Amino acid sequence: MSSQGPDENVSDENLPAEQESHGAELAKKDPFADPGLPPHEHRIQDIDERAAKRSERTVAFLFTLSMLATVGFIASFVAFPIDQIVYVWPIGHVSALNLALGLTLGIALFCIGAGAVHWARTLMSDEEMVDERHAIAAPPEVREKVISDFKQGAKESALGRRKLIRNTMFGAVALVPLSGVVLLRDLGPLPEDKLRHTAWKKGKLLVNENTNEPLRPEDIAVGSLTFAKPEGLEEDDEEFQKEIAKAALMIVRLEPNDIKDKRELDWSHEGIVAFSKICTHVGCPVSLYEQQTHHVLCPCHQSTFDLSDGARVLFGPAGHPLPQLNISVNKDGYLEAQGDFDEPVGPAFWERG
Amino acid sequence: MKKLSARRRHPLAALVVLLFALAATGGLYTAFAPAGEAKAEQESSKSLAIEEGKKLYATGCSSCHGTGGQGTSDGPSLVGVGAAAVDFQVGTGRMPAQQPGAQVPKKKRIYDQDEINQLAAYVASLGSGPSKPTKDMYDPSGADVARGGELFRTNCSQCHNFTGEGGALTHGKFAPDLGDVDPKHLYEAMQTGPQNMPSFTDGALPEKDKRDIVAYVKEVNSNKSESPGGFKLGGFGPVAEGMFAWVFGLGALIAVAVWVAARTAKAKKS
Repeated sequence: MSSQGPDENVSDENLPAEQESHGAELAKKDPFADPGLPPHEHRIQDIDERAAKRSERTVAFLFTLSMLATVGFIASFVAFPIDQIVYVWPIGHVSALNLALGLTLGIALFCIGAGAVHWARTLMSDEEMVDERHAIAAPPEVREKVISDFKQGAKESALGRRKLIRNTMFGAVALVPLSGVVLLRDLGPLPEDKLRHTAWKKGKLLVNENTNEPLRPEDIAVGSLTFAKPEGLEEDDEEFQKEIAKAALMIVRLEPNDIKDKRELDWSHEGIVAFSKICTHVGCPVSLYEQQTHHVLCPCHQSTFDLSDGARVLFGPAGHPLPQLNISVNKDGYLEAQGDFDEPVGPAFWERG
Repeated sequence: MKKLSARRRHPLAALVVLLFALAATGGLYTAFAPAGEAKAEQESSKSLAIEEGKKLYATGCSSCHGTGGQGTSDGPSLVGVGAAAVDFQVGTGRMPAQQPGAQVPKKKRIYDQDEINQLAAYVASLGSGPSKPTKDMYDPSGADVARGGELFRTNCSQCHNFTGEGGALTHGKFAPDLGDVDPKHLYEAMQTGPQNMPSFTDGALPEKDKRDIVAYVKEVNSNKSESPGGFKLGGFGPVAEGMFAWVFGLGALIAVAVWVAARTAKAKKS
């Protein structure tokens, strides 16, 4: 753009006498003169008719390829059975139908796009056109007309004279949004104390999630990991998902000497401890248990709890230890709960305190 | 020779020399390194196997696990871990461990199956523990794959991912990829709980359930597993797939758009 030498860009602020003559000289040259449009350059297709023909054939070829691919798509849909698996390097054992449909549809769409781009770039007109911007403000006569129309309309509506209409209209418009506000009621009802209670109750047996049988202490070895649900909660119950989301329980067995937390030891049975499986951060199922360190890791945000120390939070965003379930053995030798969790399971909420 | 000498100051010369040196060192080592432990003869008698196992143990294991398997500060006690644990740890090459660290990884195994059986017999004689599973306990053919999938998602997927692709744990530990693991070793891992993996005893996860799980893992994560949709992208689920679409799919579109716009259609290139 700039054809001036570097010395002319040097600031001359401190040399007023010089600046004056200099500025005058610059104004004469007009450094901001509109250079206008560069001369139009032709494409090879504009000059050479054979090149244009070639482009035309290329575009037609791409469009024809697209047509063939669409035919191929329909043919593959008919030809391939849905469960046929073929080995294709490097994809692996893939469904023949999926691969054929994807490839043909991909080619059909790509060729339409590529053909259109090639057509526009090589054959359609490439003359530069200038479209000047108009002023933002409307012309004065238009503005006058709009203002006088508005005034006339206001006068003809007689809103100022018929106060009854005006006031009732204001009332109606003001009341309409209330229906929207009333609908917000459907966000409720409030959960009341549902967040504080789970399906665990005193005397409920701990049922193995794998076998659906009540657990005995001898089923649980040191270093093992077992998941349990409360007795009476069956998978086909209507409320199953809702209840298991709060009541999910993981059971591990530690050497009683390894348990550092006094309450955890009191609530255990021969080293068997039962903790809520729901992370206290945002409620992910937390059961990545490392049996040598007794750490349990939450896969969502890496909160780490120490199951040998009251599920204390060792790391991560969780704010509370995992709630522990007080367990013991009933007279038939099965593990049973001594009551519900004594604090709400899962993430904190406003009223939790 | 002159040609070679002329190129000795080429920027890649140092790299080529380094590659040659590495290849030569490695080759010489393979040629002259002591061959694997002498193969002990197959012994039919159990007590003889224990005797042989004790010798192998004294050479290969006692420095960390103690002379009587009682454990030291470098390795846990082996009393009561059972033959299944030995078969898993030595059979997958995890033991003998190469170096201490967060987790002992799988590597090329060092002992052959006879030697492993002798070691297992010796360790089993130290205290009762789970014995090696028989083939009908872990044979995946004919097991209930769908039930195995359900059990896998309840018990295993939290660490090993939904199709057993593996995942990260704390402080450098990880749950390994289960692809192409021997069914026997899958079974033994559930039975014994190697390293930081919890065990799944028969009381909590009966024998048949373990076999179903083995069958599920074989179905979804082996080199013969079907992937009808094409690239699995590590089998990590929608996050990896979305990342791939956004980074590579969108990236390719942008690259093509830039390429199209950067090439002028004019006859005279400026």
